[in-house]
Amino acid sequence: MSSRAWKFKDNISTDEITPGRYVGLRSNIPELAKHTLEDARKEFPSEVKSGDFVVGGKNFGMGSSREHAPLVIKTCGVRAVLAQSFARIFYRNAINIGLPAVICDTTKIDEGDILDLDLTKGVVTNLTKNVEIVFPRMSKTMEAILLEGGLIPYVEKHGDLLLA
Amino acid sequence: MQGKTLAEKIIGWHTGEGRVSTGEVVIVKVDYTFSHDAAGPLLINQIGKLKGGTAGLDKDHTIFFIDHAVPSPTKDLSNDQAIVRNYAMGNGLVLSDAGNGICHQVMAEDYAAPGNLILGTDSHTCTSGGLCAFATGMGATDIAIAMSLRKTWLRVPESLKVEITGHLPRGVFAKDLILKALSLLGTDGATYKSLEFHGSAIDELDVYGRLTLTNMAVEAGAKTGLIQSDERTRQYLRDFSREEQWKEIYPDENASYESEICFNASELEPQVALPNSPDNVKPISEVKDVKVNEVFIGSCTNTRIEDMRTVAQIFKNKEKAKGLKLIVTPSSQKVYLKCVKEGIVEMLMRAGAIVTPAGCGVCFGALGGIPADGDVIFSSSNRNFPGRTGNPKAQTYLGSPATAAATAINGYVSDPREYL
Ligand code: SF4
Repeated sequence: MSSRAWKFKDNISTDEITPGRYVGLRSNIPELAKHTLEDARKEFPSEVKSGDFVVGGKNFGMGSSREHAPLVIKTCGVRAVLAQSFARIFYRNAINIGLPAVICDTTKIDEGDILDLDLTKGVVTNLTKNVEIVFPRMSKTMEAILLEGGLIPYVEKHGDLLLA
Repeated sequence: MQGKTLAEKIIGWHTGEGRVSTGEVVIVKVDYTFSHDAAGPLLINQIGKLKGGTAGLDKDHTIFFIDHAVPSPTKDLSNDQAIVRNYAMGNGLVLSDAGNGICHQVMAEDYAAPGNLILGTDSHTCTSGGLCAFATGMGATDIAIAMSLRKTWLRVPESLKVEITGHLPRGVFAKDLILKALSLLGTDGATYKSLEFHGSAIDELDVYGRLTLTNMAVEAGAKTGLIQSDERTRQYLRDFSREEQWKEIYPDENASYESEICFNASELEPQVALPNSPDNVKPISEVKDVKVNEVFIGSCTNTRIEDMRTVAQIFKNKEKAKGLKLIVTPSSQKVYLKCVKEGIVEMLMRAGAIVTPAGCGVCFGALGGIPADGDVIFSSSNRNFPGRTGNPKAQTYLGSPATAAATAINGYVSDPREYL
């Protein structure tokens, strides 16, 4: 299944992904998700479609530790976030809730490009530009957590916190 | 044998092996875990999904704070706070209720000790690194697991050495040092790393100032910021009646650092971060004619008692500029009470300030002090990303509490040395 890319600039902060002014909605994720990334792209929450990709530049998700940031992106139906690099906490949070966060060369992706992602092969295919972007595998532990759909199912399955 | 950095030492003490090296992925036991009203409900929900999730909770070392929006401005937030409060009380955990203070400040006052490993659902958890605790922020799910199992997994980070030589000149504070460091590192210059601060300016800095440096380590993307535990650390713990928790910790002399930055504190003037990023920093002499509508002196970055005394010294017999909004938030109730006793609160009120209860509100745009469209804010906090203060149509400058105070008096970004 291929879907469109929503391209964002470098250094998208968690304040832009889910602003602090909506802290009162944090127990209501579907409502909170209606404001996802609205400070960066006003039309994003109303126009994003299930299966779309969020594509960042460097240091995507910098700032706070709010897990609501990847959670609202996932709730919008986004299939994966691709970026040249991620802020540490955002990256860990995304994997922990089962949202693929892929470190790859996003300079080869423009706004509106149609993409396909093969996580196991480690390839993003840009169908619009007809290029393949190969990315290195994530760490074994993170890959194992993502495959289980997140950290809670991973720990439940193993009955403990183990390294893969 | 290769020497160990502070991060390698502390993480090593928390594994079964006792020794670790940079790059290793390890399971560590955790001394303290904490959360707050902004992340707590999600975390509590995640613990609920674990079979027997609450059975493992360590009652004396699991702390819930109500600090992010106090007193609660809406029923939704009140409901969230009730979830957190009831959970903490129902499970016999430590509750730091509304008004007691910002989590990082209270951790540094009452809990964090040298050599601890601390996890919190807040990116500024690294603040306790000023007491030589390996402290790092994670999301709700990670902390749910850490609370329930009393352990987490992490990769032993590379260490980046920040060497600050010389001595702090008059009017230049810890906040100016970290802003200078951020201008050299950038907001992703230390991603995944441990920032280890060294040099004569650090040796001479008391823990109150050190906490300001480590607080903003995350603004460079770092996993944690760390500073040696020395006689000043001991003095600080004595101030809070817990000297027995002191132990001396230095990195080994032959420890290995991935890279190093260095600058001389003696050559610095007060620093200011311009909109919209904490690494967009200039010396104050290059920031001219910036008119300011609102000044916020608060947040976990500073507003400890030392900062409040400096602010009071600057405001002495002076008032804020006409039409400017001035909001001051002491970082904890302990600080607030000291400010009351020392007459600082009265002086601030006479200067035209609104003094709020200890908490986060204004810092991240949750309640109070929300700027109008087009407003320019000068803040002593740690972030000035777009929308951070509650209105994406406002702009935020960052600087020390002293620079903020001088700015409030003049109504435009001002050099505090004028008043010190
Ligand atoms: S004071 Fe600001 S930066 Fe510190 S914990 Fe509160 S919201 Fe976060």
